[in-house]
Amino acid sequence: MEEEPRIGVFVCHCGVNIGGIVNVPEVTEYAKKLPFVTYAEHNLYTCSEAGLAAIKTAIKEYNLNRVVVASCTPRTHEPLFRGTCKEAGLNPYLFEMANIRDQCSWVHMHEAEKATVKAKDLVRMAVAKAALLEPQTEPEVEVKDVSLVIGAGVAGMTAALSMANQGFKVYLVDRDKEPGGIVRRLYKLYPTLADSSEVIDPLIEVVKSHKNIDLLTSMTLKEVLGYVGNFHVTLTSSGGDKDIDVGTIIVACGALNYRPPKGLYQYGVYDKVITQEELDGVLKRGNVGEPERIVMIQCVGARKGEIRPSELEAFPRSDTAELLRKILKARKEEGWPYCSRICCMNAIKNAILVKERSPKTDVVILFGDLRVYKEYEDFYRMARDLEVRFVRHIEEVPPEITQRSDGKLEVAAYDALSGLEVKFPTDWVVLSTPLRPRRSEVLLARMLKVPISTDGFLMEAHLKLRPVDTNVDGVFLAGTVSGPKDIPESIISGEAAAARASILMGNRKVVTDAITAVVDEGLCIGCGLCEEICPYGAPKIEDRKSKVREILCRGCGSCAAECPRRAITMRHFGEHQVLAQVKALLMPEA
Amino acid sequence: MVKEVSEEEKRVEEEFEPLIVAFCCNWCSYAGADLAGTSRFEYPTNIRIIRVMCTGRIDPTFVLEALRMGADGVLVAGCHPGDCHYQKGNYIMEKRFSYIKKAVESIGIEPERVRLEWISASEGGKFAALVRELTQQMKQLGPSPFRLMNDPK
Repeated sequence: MEEEPRIGVFVCHCGVNIGGIVNVPEVTEYAKKLPFVTYAEHNLYTCSEAGLAAIKTAIKEYNLNRVVVASCTPRTHEPLFRGTCKEAGLNPYLFEMANIRDQCSWVHMHEAEKATVKAKDLVRMAVAKAALLEPQTEPEVEVKDVSLVIGAGVAGMTAALSMANQGFKVYLVDRDKEPGGIVRRLYKLYPTLADSSEVIDPLIEVVKSHKNIDLLTSMTLKEVLGYVGNFHVTLTSSGGDKDIDVGTIIVACGALNYRPPKGLYQYGVYDKVITQEELDGVLKRGNVGEPERIVMIQCVGARKGEIRPSELEAFPRSDTAELLRKILKARKEEGWPYCSRICCMNAIKNAILVKERSPKTDVVILFGDLRVYKEYEDFYRMARDLEVRFVRHIEEVPPEITQRSDGKLEVAAYDALSGLEVKFPTDWVVLSTPLRPRRSEVLLARMLKVPISTDGFLMEAHLKLRPVDTNVDGVFLAGTVSGPKDIPESIISGEAAAARASILMGNRKVVTDAITAVVDEGLCIGCGLCEEICPYGAPKIEDRKSKVREILCRGCGSCAAECPRRAITMRHFGEHQVLAQVKALLMPEA
Repeated sequence: MVKEVSEEEKRVEEEFEPLIVAFCCNWCSYAGADLAGTSRFEYPTNIRIIRVMCTGRIDPTFVLEALRMGADGVLVAGCHPGDCHYQKGNYIMEKRFSYIKKAVESIGIEPERVRLEWISASEGGKFAALVRELTQQMKQLGPSPFRLMNDPK
């Protein structure tokens, strides 16, 4: 038979943060009378060394088998107190918190009495849940020390090389025949004006000859099965399929240069209307000649087409792929909503290159906002010194491009300073277009179960705090697959993703959270609803019963709430545990 | 903000303190409530938060049982569309919530007693404002029929 709960309650003053408002001794006395509470005390700071020692002593002295701390938020302090329980020999899942600071004393500072009543309620609820807590074991899985890097551009190669140099085996896959990605096709790079080959060729050579890197070109992903530490990936090429087993995956398959649709700024109508990428090619071949004037237009197809309300309405009911299709369709004419980060520098670089070759050419850059960050300011000044003209125009009125009778083009735009229309007769019009996500990434994201952001790129786990992680354990992002980046930034993210993956592979094992779904097979009728709604593919119907693969389950609990037979229980957030809190609040006597 | 209150409103306010149960997801709304605390955004004491990992976990039973046991209002709060830590738990909840609302109505409870809101981890102010609004609303609605049944005095 199970041991009867013996709960210890520790109420924290948090200095004056709680104790200054809530009557902590009163709450402690109240806790002592609650069901199954064996022991209660209050501490000045429960999270201090003395407070933690007091918990450990009480666990031993009173033979406590559950601990409740009434203090701050579990979002910051649960791991600490769980650790203390563990040190005292108590399973860390036999711990519960009542948040009487962030959600009580800090927000009810002028209602001390009511705050004390609320604190008692919160403690009572936590104690009720604690009585029903069960010990849990966090599943531990082996991590294969092999990595798959998808995309052999500058970010992918950097990541592969970093891991290979640490001794991990790396499969580096690219859909192209040659590694190198977008950088291989560029001409000169900003701000050094070095040839792209100076950067990319040595990297390609090292990657090709590295004993730990298996470079697989002209190959794409067909299927990804498994989970962190144990991915089973099928690659495919015209020559057939190849199966590999890897522990981590780094997605570095890059982005594409946006090509304007025919007719946008007369692109595809007049052959002297080209993109910056095409100007790169013209410069590379030395074909620029000595034109009188070149006009560049910034933000063509970028920072456009905000998501419309009608699109947002459809959003809650669509999955990411549908959303992306919609966005892609809407963007086809309008372009992309974000700033692509590299186009300003790219335009300035090409302007400088033109000026170097043909100093007499008048280079005009039409912009709405010019964004030259960090040391690139110097590069901008260099362009100004070369008399490149920066003209701010009213973005909302797109420049009009016409052909004059003498065959020259003419750009008509509204000058932002004067508000007047200005006309530039010109030989070339060069459109600065953004990097855009690849359509094929929808499939890839689906396979990997990585969400897609509203911009259409693969989404990081946290924009600020986890920029190369994804929501899927063991899958990381590098380079422009998660949004526009220049070369140094791509290299940084490649190194970062490699470091994140190496932690897993170096440890050779990973522990995941114990909050997972458990199926009562006696109740399960194998309807498959859980399988249908799970975003991670954790439940699978086998022999008419749902089987949850613990390691895939992230613990959201959607399946448990949806199960028509109530056959699914969530560890640590069971129905009986949640309802115990409700009952303790509303009907404590019953 | 000081608002003119009528005698009638004052009387109701003095007499009745509603109790609101909030089910908040760990990643957004519970964190939003924490932020209200860190920012010292004051709000009425009438709310009690129960933490779940995701709104997708919130069984209709949780909401209905809270009402049956006498809660005057129930708030379900999760991440904004597209922000769910588990990709789509909030969408599942949104769909489920329309049924919950119907069920609540069918047992004779004002549907306004249950609310679904999206509150991000950065919206402490929104959380505080919401609690103020809900408390006011529940005061106007008066004690829930179940509360009166459970506790006739």
